[in-house]
Amino acid sequence: MDVKRIPIRNVDETELTRISREGMLSLNLAEMKAIQSYFIQQGREPTDVEIETIAQTWSEHCVHKTFKSRIEYAENGGTVEVIDGLFNSYIRRATEEIGKDWCVSVFVDNAGIVEFDDEYNIAFKVETHNHPSAIEPYGGAGTGVGGVIRDSLGTGLGAKPILNTDVFCFGPLDLAYNQLPTGSLHPRRVFKGVVAGVRDYGNRMGIPTANGAILFDSRFTGNPLVFCGNVGLISKNRCAKSVHPGDLILAVGGRTGRDGIHGATFSSLELDDASENLGSVVQIGNPIMEKKIVDVLMEARDRGLFRSITDCGAGGFSSAVGEMGKDTGAEVHLENVRLKYEGLAPWEIWLSEAQERMVLALPPENLEAMMELCDAELVEATVLGEFTDSRKLRVSYGGNLAAELDMHFLHEGLPTLTKKAVWEMPCFPEPPDRTVVTGKNGVLDGSNVPDFTQDLCAILGSPNVASKEWVIRQYDHEVQGGVVLKPLVGVENDGPSDACVVTPVLGSHKGVIVANGINPKYSDIDPYHSAAAAIDEALRNVIAVGGKLESTALLDNFSWGNPDKPDRLGGLVRAAKACYDIATAYGTPFISGKDSLYNEYRDTTTGKQLAIPSTLLISACCVIPDVKRAITMDAKSPGNLIYVLGKTYRELGASHYYDIHGFVGNSVPIVRPEEGKATMVALSRAVEERLIYSCHDCSEGGIGVAAAEMAFSGGFGMELNLAYAPRDAEVIGDDVLLFAESNSRFILEVSHENRAAFEERMEGVPFGCIGSTIEQPEFVVKGIGGETVIQTQIYQLKEAWQSTFRDGG
Amino acid sequence: MGPKVLVLRTAGTNCDYETEYAFQIAGAETALIHINNLITGRANLDEYHILALPGGFSYGDDVAAGILLANEIKHKLGDLLRNFVDSGKLIIGICNGFQVLVRAGLLPGFNSQIAQEATLALNTSAKFECRWVHLETQQTACAFTQGLKQRIFLPIAHAEGRFTAPNQILDELESNRQVVFRYVAPNGKSPLYPDNPNGSDLQIAGICDPTGRIFGMMPHPERFLTRLNHPHWTREHLPEKGDGFNIFQNAVTFVRQNFS
Repeated sequence: MDVKRIPIRNVDETELTRISREGMLSLNLAEMKAIQSYFIQQGREPTDVEIETIAQTWSEHCVHKTFKSRIEYAENGGTVEVIDGLFNSYIRRATEEIGKDWCVSVFVDNAGIVEFDDEYNIAFKVETHNHPSAIEPYGGAGTGVGGVIRDSLGTGLGAKPILNTDVFCFGPLDLAYNQLPTGSLHPRRVFKGVVAGVRDYGNRMGIPTANGAILFDSRFTGNPLVFCGNVGLISKNRCAKSVHPGDLILAVGGRTGRDGIHGATFSSLELDDASENLGSVVQIGNPIMEKKIVDVLMEARDRGLFRSITDCGAGGFSSAVGEMGKDTGAEVHLENVRLKYEGLAPWEIWLSEAQERMVLALPPENLEAMMELCDAELVEATVLGEFTDSRKLRVSYGGNLAAELDMHFLHEGLPTLTKKAVWEMPCFPEPPDRTVVTGKNGVLDGSNVPDFTQDLCAILGSPNVASKEWVIRQYDHEVQGGVVLKPLVGVENDGPSDACVVTPVLGSHKGVIVANGINPKYSDIDPYHSAAAAIDEALRNVIAVGGKLESTALLDNFSWGNPDKPDRLGGLVRAAKACYDIATAYGTPFISGKDSLYNEYRDTTTGKQLAIPSTLLISACCVIPDVKRAITMDAKSPGNLIYVLGKTYRELGASHYYDIHGFVGNSVPIVRPEEGKATMVALSRAVEERLIYSCHDCSEGGIGVAAAEMAFSGGFGMELNLAYAPRDAEVIGDDVLLFAESNSRFILEVSHENRAAFEERMEGVPFGCIGSTIEQPEFVVKGIGGETVIQTQIYQLKEAWQSTFRDGG
Repeated sequence: MGPKVLVLRTAGTNCDYETEYAFQIAGAETALIHINNLITGRANLDEYHILALPGGFSYGDDVAAGILLANEIKHKLGDLLRNFVDSGKLIIGICNGFQVLVRAGLLPGFNSQIAQEATLALNTSAKFECRWVHLETQQTACAFTQGLKQRIFLPIAHAEGRFTAPNQILDELESNRQVVFRYVAPNGKSPLYPDNPNGSDLQIAGICDPTGRIFGMMPHPERFLTRLNHPHWTREHLPEKGDGFNIFQNAVTFVRQNFS
């Protein structure tokens, strides 16, 4: 197998486009022309290794060009606003303006780093592995977990992985087979495969998986979303890395094969039924290999053997070496790479995304010690070449030069794009008034007073809300001995925890809260409010277990449709604006983020183009000084008072209540950050003073679902009266109070004894005492007018919530 | 000389950090040693009093859980281990470590011949499960469980934990009083799934050898060392120390009494 030349200096635009498309390079014409003029300047034709290297380095996946591009944006046909890069204008700017001194490293390394205690910092990274999981759910999801663990391992001089978090979006499990787009896997197959892949990789790595979420929408059928996150623990003096000319380039771990070729550029293409023929784009995972690497690298790190480290992710060696040697230069001899089998072309060796490989910059004097360490644990390590001071990336194969690229051109030569974005506010049909909606469900009783018991059960059993215990129990959420707030809580260990808390240093009570917020349904109405609500929800989950805004950091993960389509990009602009507005209002900085674009599926039979709902996952982490002050969501004892904190607005748009009745509506919940911040700050203080027995965030299904979950998780009944819940003047219906998903609200359990102290702390915050917990298993809710609107037993509510996925759905 | 514990690791071992920590707070010194260092002689087992095989997925649990490490121990470290046990020292296998001890024939260990007499098969639920279970401590000679509460609470996390053996082996285990822990329903009655989380014969969760010095169990005592590990610590008043702690404490005390 030899290096090939690809003549591009004397070809026209049509030919350039053809070369990109047929080579699966995902480069647009402007980019191809930039490459063409570089090689005209060099006075030679590029090699296949060079073209592929540039395509990987410039891929959406590696360089996030949409987030860096200049955008001409117009809202509702109005004037054009020019945005100089979404990332710089909204994400990075928010973090800079918030200016938290506990942010150690943001946006530069493989994960964001924040301070933990005097000795350690915390690294946190979340990534997507959507396209691979669509084609091969088990392998795609498993290597998603493996990849994000290597991000922790490749942060600073290597963080020890201490926690996994996973969020999935799938098509409906009961989808009729004749509704399945041509060539796509059934959601049930994707669901089971993804869960098994995450389970087998995470469990075998000995990392607790203690936080996550699973959501369903028919538009995720052809293009499911798989978000994998990892938290790492890293010594304070191991957070900085550097590369010196003369350092050896050492590859550690698995061998290189033809698996995972073109993964980076593949993720910049839309999917269709031909995508499954691209089998080699999905990598093959081996968690035990990765565990061996962790063991060896942690030891090598502690002995100070290497100077820099990164993982081989998208783009394989081409990205890892190209990135590490950016400011120096690098020389690589591809024949040194250990292969799984013979027959790989030089460019394939260079690009392969074969898993479980790390690249180190190693001072030559430490080579012997490093090799001895690797040999003792049967981990393969190979010197590929060295870092130089040439500012060039030189790659040779069997003595022949395969690539020689200026680092400057490789990293800075990408032409800045200008993209067009538009946003038109959609208008969905409003449902008829409350009586008609509930009447449709046949639950009006004789006296014309609506009974919402069935609605509550229907929402509890709806796939997004229902218990995911079947999944959660397949993950080891106890390993490493430090998970003190578990994903399932309550008297029977089966209630839905708002967030998890881990103590990564055994014997210390210092902990980390990890939570998430996501609500793609809202983005149908407005991605701005969907993003705002995702941030609010992630923060609510943190606050609900005892965290504080002032020590909370956020991660953003955008999964969007094709950004070359102005309407999709318009939604992305809206979401990015919300990220800036809400994060700065709450004072919670972004420390890391990622975007996965081109999440669309083309059904070649119907010709229909299916874009996913625009989805922003917000992950949050919060360092807390004393985990003993953390609280859980399960009701603790009978006779305590139940409070609603935060105001309910007439916001049923895109709610689960509308959803079960077949409507979307338009009144999407909006975030009022001044109100939200005051509420969360007051609540954090009350939790710290131990005035709160239990606390649950109000999200999907509103007050009704949150109160029901608290009651059945604790094994106690509740008597509630909606008239006492704080509400906006426009709220007149009991269903709005029960099911509106207004932001920044919590349900709390407070003892009579603490009543006065608690209410004093809540001054200036809307709150209301809506009832109390009772010994009997009755769940009774009175409406604003005093009639009973829900009357049932907690066992019935729990059964509705648990039955949906009891045996895997 | 304080009690010294060798925590054995190999490719795929995990739970090593918390197992070391458990022995440390019980008063022992610990060392985390890769099996290759024992095989090559770079580390010396004789310097230690307790050998701990922690949980995890040794060699990926390929073929069957723990079998590759079991074979490695049997064929490369067999004599070393026999001498270790014969000199009155202790071995504990937790989860994957228990699977290894059973597959290596060290448990139940009826005679000094090393032969596999029982197995840990796939859970009856046919999947990996992580949950807390109630255990009933049996009256045995097991050095690790003397004076333990009659009922304890610990988490399990495994896919292959169903203890099963031919009836004569089970009878012998019973008559020798080698069954150390049984799964039990919260009300003290005979457990069904999920109280018996894997479908084990005779609800067996842990066994020891006839000397009581080799001990293996599927649940994880190293995951319940303080009350903050307990899933109900936010709703119940609990003692500071967890139910798992005493198992490590007993081992350390045993060494102090017999090797000082």
